[in-house]
Amino acid sequence: MTALTTETPENPTSTPRTVREPSVWRLCLSRGGVELRQFFRERTAVIFTFALPVVLLILLGAIFDKQMAATGIPSSQLLAAGMIAAGIGSTCFVNLATSITSDREDGTLKRLRGVPMPPIAYFVGKIILVLVTAVVEVAIVLAIATIFYDLPLPTDVGRWVTFAWVFLLGVTGCSLLGTAMSSVPRSVRAAAPIVNLPFLILQFVSGIFIVPITTLPQVLQQIGAVFPLKWMAQGFRSVFLPDAVAGMEPAGVWEHGRIALVLAAWCLGGLILCLTTFRWQGRKDG
Amino acid sequence: MTDAVQVHGLHKSYHGAPAVDGVDLTIADGEIFALLGPNGAGKTTTVEILEGFRKRDSGEVRVLGEDPQRAPRRWRYGIGLVLQNASDMADMTVVETVRHFAGYYPDPRPVDEVLELVGLTEKADKKVRTLSGGQRRRVDVAIGVVGRPRLLFLDEPTTGFDPEARRQFWALIRQLSEQDATTILLTTHYLDEAEALAHRVGVISAGRILAVDTPANLGGRASAEATVSWIENGEPRHLRTDDPTGATLKLAARFDGQIPGLAITRPSLEDIYLDLIGSPR
Repeated sequence: MTALTTETPENPTSTPRTVREPSVWRLCLSRGGVELRQFFRERTAVIFTFALPVVLLILLGAIFDKQMAATGIPSSQLLAAGMIAAGIGSTCFVNLATSITSDREDGTLKRLRGVPMPPIAYFVGKIILVLVTAVVEVAIVLAIATIFYDLPLPTDVGRWVTFAWVFLLGVTGCSLLGTAMSSVPRSVRAAAPIVNLPFLILQFVSGIFIVPITTLPQVLQQIGAVFPLKWMAQGFRSVFLPDAVAGMEPAGVWEHGRIALVLAAWCLGGLILCLTTFRWQGRKDG
Repeated sequence: MTDAVQVHGLHKSYHGAPAVDGVDLTIADGEIFALLGPNGAGKTTTVEILEGFRKRDSGEVRVLGEDPQRAPRRWRYGIGLVLQNASDMADMTVVETVRHFAGYYPDPRPVDEVLELVGLTEKADKKVRTLSGGQRRRVDVAIGVVGRPRLLFLDEPTTGFDPEARRQFWALIRQLSEQDATTILLTTHYLDEAEALAHRVGVISAGRILAVDTPANLGGRASAEATVSWIENGEPRHLRTDDPTGATLKLAARFDGQIPGLAITRPSLEDIYLDLIGSPR
């Protein structure tokens, strides 16, 4: 930080005022505060974001209420693990894409470019938003799953380490893809269908709604395997379900190495997409 | 004292069609300068180049001594923008919004003072989305001035204001100009606004500056022929003359006292403006 000294123009004889350049770090936090307040004050969006996975989990849990023959694990527990991945997709990919499209349309981005804001502050603000919302989302799904479906929370550190890296890679990848996606819709009104439809399809082919994933037709499984959601769901199943359940995965094992590889590749690809497509201005601004 | 804005030979084309075609412009420190022009004249493009939002094709541009295209982030400490059509920060309160933007500047005005200045003290805790159009614009002005800018850009600031709100807004702009010597570049469609506020007016059309002068002198307005109007035998009569006093005295002699319906008018700023941009009246 640089300290500058100026005199107040109205009153040059008064003691000089010491002024400090705002620190980048403080501006990042300040952006995060604005993002969180704006998000949580938009009631309908908050309810939609957090209630949807819960409703889906309860509905699907009621519909597919059976034990997996081989393992004796209720299918609702498989659903719950997948719903954590879907929750991250919803908060990071869908919400972020919509919120950046909205920022571009309502003048937020133009305004921020016109003030002395380091661009990183905007993105850190969004990171704070997606981290907080993703953590809340995961906590809600886990609470429902442990209360209603007796999903056991793992006790050994290794599984929580797996949870941490799947969570972080998933959040990062989905957020970068959401940011890149924000350049596609021409308006906020168009954003909801353009972002939600592919996400809905992806949830089907990634074995989020239909468990186990091996019951899906081969071709859908292969499509799902191209995208990160399937791998996130698989990662979370490996955290919360006994290792015997790995037999129900397409490969018959948890494939931690491949999960990490695919998610990391999507992070990298998403980053490249963001760097090449991100625009501070809307289409109508040229 | 340097000039806040210096522009020489500015050019900018979109897909081969020139939008700005050789603009020269100088705005002195502390001046209120109004840029007038029809839609598509190059007004917005020129201003956006000065604001650092757009890249020019050629020409020299200095804004507060820097080239906006290459200026460091600090350059923006001296610049205030009042954007058109912004609807951001809708779920934040007025005071939160102003406080947030104050945080970007090394020496911001106190938030209370800014709210007082724009007349939003009573709305401080209201959400921005609940404000009327005029109040919303005042939030934009508050954001524009909170960093104590040396140069303030106002893009059609009073569009959609009722007459009273416009007068209040004008008073605010004059106050900024007089108390803080803020340089102001105003674009507007309202000629009365330019006349009321600006020290100098520039008329831009088809990407070129056609005239720059004080509102009173623009286009030879002060020395232009005046029109003497009166009513004779129930018919309105008009006489264009460069000697309105003499003409009136002659009429007074003819009517032997009161001249019915007498009016002497100089061309309005609007007349001059329409003449300049070649629009039929």
